[in-house]
Amino acid sequence: MTLTRRDVEGIAMLARLEISEAELPVYAISLSRIVGFFDQLSAAATEGVEPMAHPLENQVQALRDDQITESDQRDRYQGNAPLVAAGLYLVPKVIE
Amino acid sequence: MSIEWETVIGLEIHAQLATRSKIFSGSSTAYGATPNVQANLVDLGYPGVLPVLNREAVRMAVRFGLAIGARIARRSIFARKNYFYPDLPKGYQISQYEQPIVEGGSVEIWLPDGARRIGITRAHLEEDAGKSLHEGLGKQSGIDLNRAGTPLLEIVSEPDMRSAREAIAYMKKIHTLVRYLEICDGNMQEGSFRCDANVSVRHKGRHEYGTRCEIKNLNSFRFVERAINYEVARQIEMLEGGGSVVQETRLFDSDRNETRPMRSKEEANDYRYFPDPDLLPLSLDEEFIEQIRSALPELPDQKAVRFAHDHGLSGYDAGVLTASRDLADYYEAVVALLGDEAKLAANWVMGDLSGFLNRDNLEIGQSPVGAKQLAGLLARIVDNTISGKIAKEVFEAMWEDRSDADAIIEAKGLRQITDTSAIERVITEVMTANPAQLADYRSGKDKLFGFFVGQVMKASGGKANPAQVNELLRKMLAG
Amino acid sequence: MTAAEIGRGLRAGKFTSIEVTRHFLERIDHAGKQLNAFITVTPERAMADAKRADARIARGEGGPLTGVPLAHKDIFCTEGVLTSCGSRMLSNFVSPYDATVVERLAVAGMVMLGKTNMDEFAMGSSNETSWYGPVRNPWDGSKVPGGSSGGSAAAVAARLAPVATGTDTGGSIRQPGALTGLTGFKPTYGRVSRYGMVAFASSLDQAGVLAQSAEDAALVLGLMAGHDARDSTSVAVPVPDYAAGLGRSMKGLRIGVIREFFGEGLEEGTGRAVRTALEGFSAMGATIVELSLPNLPLSVPTYYVVAPAECSSNLSRFDGVRFGHRCKDPRDLLDMYKRSRGEGFGAEVKRRIMTGTYVLSAGYYDAYYLKAQKVRSLINEDFRRAFSEVDVLMGPTTPTPAFAIGAKVDDPITMYLNDIYTIGANLAGLPAVSVPCGLVDGLPVGLQIIGPHFAEERLLAAAHAWQLMTDWHRRLPPLFA
Repeated sequence: MTLTRRDVEGIAMLARLEISEAELPVYAISLSRIVGFFDQLSAAATEGVEPMAHPLENQVQALRDDQITESDQRDRYQGNAPLVAAGLYLVPKVIE
Repeated sequence: MSIEWETVIGLEIHAQLATRSKIFSGSSTAYGATPNVQANLVDLGYPGVLPVLNREAVRMAVRFGLAIGARIARRSIFARKNYFYPDLPKGYQISQYEQPIVEGGSVEIWLPDGARRIGITRAHLEEDAGKSLHEGLGKQSGIDLNRAGTPLLEIVSEPDMRSAREAIAYMKKIHTLVRYLEICDGNMQEGSFRCDANVSVRHKGRHEYGTRCEIKNLNSFRFVERAINYEVARQIEMLEGGGSVVQETRLFDSDRNETRPMRSKEEANDYRYFPDPDLLPLSLDEEFIEQIRSALPELPDQKAVRFAHDHGLSGYDAGVLTASRDLADYYEAVVALLGDEAKLAANWVMGDLSGFLNRDNLEIGQSPVGAKQLAGLLARIVDNTISGKIAKEVFEAMWEDRSDADAIIEAKGLRQITDTSAIERVITEVMTANPAQLADYRSGKDKLFGFFVGQVMKASGGKANPAQVNELLRKMLAG
Repeated sequence: MTAAEIGRGLRAGKFTSIEVTRHFLERIDHAGKQLNAFITVTPERAMADAKRADARIARGEGGPLTGVPLAHKDIFCTEGVLTSCGSRMLSNFVSPYDATVVERLAVAGMVMLGKTNMDEFAMGSSNETSWYGPVRNPWDGSKVPGGSSGGSAAAVAARLAPVATGTDTGGSIRQPGALTGLTGFKPTYGRVSRYGMVAFASSLDQAGVLAQSAEDAALVLGLMAGHDARDSTSVAVPVPDYAAGLGRSMKGLRIGVIREFFGEGLEEGTGRAVRTALEGFSAMGATIVELSLPNLPLSVPTYYVVAPAECSSNLSRFDGVRFGHRCKDPRDLLDMYKRSRGEGFGAEVKRRIMTGTYVLSAGYYDAYYLKAQKVRSLINEDFRRAFSEVDVLMGPTTPTPAFAIGAKVDDPITMYLNDIYTIGANLAGLPAVSVPCGLVDGLPVGLQIIGPHFAEERLLAAAHAWQLMTDWHRRLPPLFA
């Protein structure tokens, strides 16, 4: 499996990563190698095998009581935000 | 020869579940708070935090599933839907994909030409996103994450609807149902209940579907109707002009009354769903489900059948009265207090009461005239204290000053005149005042009878008992 | 001195926590820069913790580790302290809360010295991907300490801290433990809460310990472990007294030796050291069985599909909106996302995000992600079968001793193959420990012991028995002796 520059551009767009022109071919080569390395998986006989999403078999989701346990901590949390105004997180204009 | 087109509509309804806290965190879900004060670390998607599922949200989803006769999955899976958007803090939405909690089921909608059953493909739990605000921030948008993590039940219908009217009927049905079940407050202005509409058209008689467009975020019944009608016309025009419909996501602009492609969705979406490793499979046992089943309220359809059968109401009336649980409860309370007279109660609840509520933009729960007061008024009609016409006047007064019917009847002296001699006195006065008409009547102009009834009623201030007036007048006019 | 020994000394009144803490802070001051083991040192916090601990000890309160200093891997959120995860993305991130692990160890009275360097977002096997620069191996400054918990490993190996926390997603505790001569313990998945641990791959991440001895690992693990309602994947299995179980005899212990771990790629000296260790266990009365886990060789490609898939999603929250790096003067929203993330993440993290994005994307999901999760089932099944025959599995932790800084950075596959022996335990969620079992050309190598779910006690007992009969764990890097 070989990934082209365009493939890398597409993936980088989905992942919202800026990749420079110079880096594109470098990533194309290393990603191609990595994906090529995955091809050995196809040799495994997995017919009828359930995919394993979790190492904890037979464990099920615990449920929480419907209680409000949190209070307003906005100012503390927004201390980490790059840009806020009037309690809102600011971003370049969203166009719907 | 012009082609006949058929519209195909499927709805994805998003109902915010009426839990106190969020689906995966202990933040409040209350509407209208100051921006971001109800967004905690989990809602903000802080590094290292993890979701824990709210039991009540699960319970509410099961209630819905049982109410529509769906299969409740004994094991369901939460998945991540990955995309970037500023109001989506983690860069993914926790939703359900391959194994939703509710599968199958249906509801019945009533239309002028009869009932239709609309299939429901699935209903799944997911978290709501925050809100982007654009006003007054110049080249910026502001993000409020108070809503992020509010539990949603996404109810996905089959493409079973064939007109905007059917779509509205279906949406109203679900709206009624979620409020009966007390799992959603149904407040559309606040966004508690909203939908996306998938719309396509095809030649009538064709089996395969046309290419569909998805219209996002419709938050009123009126918008759903207008958006669908616009979209159907747009697609037909496009196809008849030799073009083709492009599958895309569109936004309804209510000011311009049109749909347009969403800029943010132009790029092809690839949501890369996969099971959320932070959450384990949700497993429901029989006991949990049975407990919910046994606590289900009487559902609107069951109630309507009962009203039609036990109260002798028409199917239409029963449907109107059961459209909201509060309205049905009100109606039933009036009937219970009156002892009988279901038809009279139904007419008043659907007529005057609903008219006044609409005029003043009130919910039934806010009615100045309570069920007890209305029953008191209707009892006076039944026992002939007042006529139906006077009752309307009394009702209006009750609405204004919130007092009982009897008090108003007394204060305004509206009690019906049933004393024969008093009525006879009025009739004599009327006959004396209208000698020409009396002569004409006696010479055979029977039609003037109505004139005399009117005059007598007028002279009595509308209070004379109409039946007695008829009887006495006939006797006295005859001479 | 081990953490346990310091604890005993504190309670015997031989020295105070303030004295001990000052001692370690001075060592960090002298040697820290050279090794680049710490990203943040927190002397004020440490002295305040120590003062409180001394007061508790004076009142006769606290436990075996009250007043004992430790270092936290910079992946654990620590309230009021920079929590960078080794990334430029979080180089300005001050956590407003403590991870459960941090909170529990603080409640137990341990003293936080600071936050250790690590591979960026724990993605690496050499600690070379950190935004804060590579960590050097105390045994040989030109060599890597292993990764991703390389800072924690170097700190404990050079005795800049008596013990340190780490996290292990594909070997990130055991591999650096092996390469620096430490006891590196990764518990069963779900044994320790992940709350407050910046996520790399949620179904594989597990917190653990880098320690000087099995006893230290047992003590610290006992404090860290246990159910946490804030982590749905943490398990409500009671936590045994790990230290009390250390004395168990090795007589009759059935040890499985994984044939696949002794094939091509295993460096000769490392293999010899591990075989010698196995003979040692045999001499203690254990029985050795050779067995095969036929799907285990697929663990590396399986892991490098699953872990990047999860990481690509876990790292989407770093978007420059609520915390973390934001690029200067974004042109528009898309530009803000792309440049903030492009600048905030290093090359290896970007590579893994792209790999993960690719294997989850339409058209590739079945062939890669789903296939890998199925192979994961097969590997899990191999382990289950093995544990029906034996009590523990043993083999090397790494194929080679520490390699030179820069030797593998340009070759991701070669780098990924470092994890060949450690990844299996993560895929199956098994507990595993690496204990020092020799020196090859002056560099430590490790013996790995893997157990079935929740067999922590058994692994610690085996590690402890080994450490009672050997002194490899007591050897110090010559420069730091």
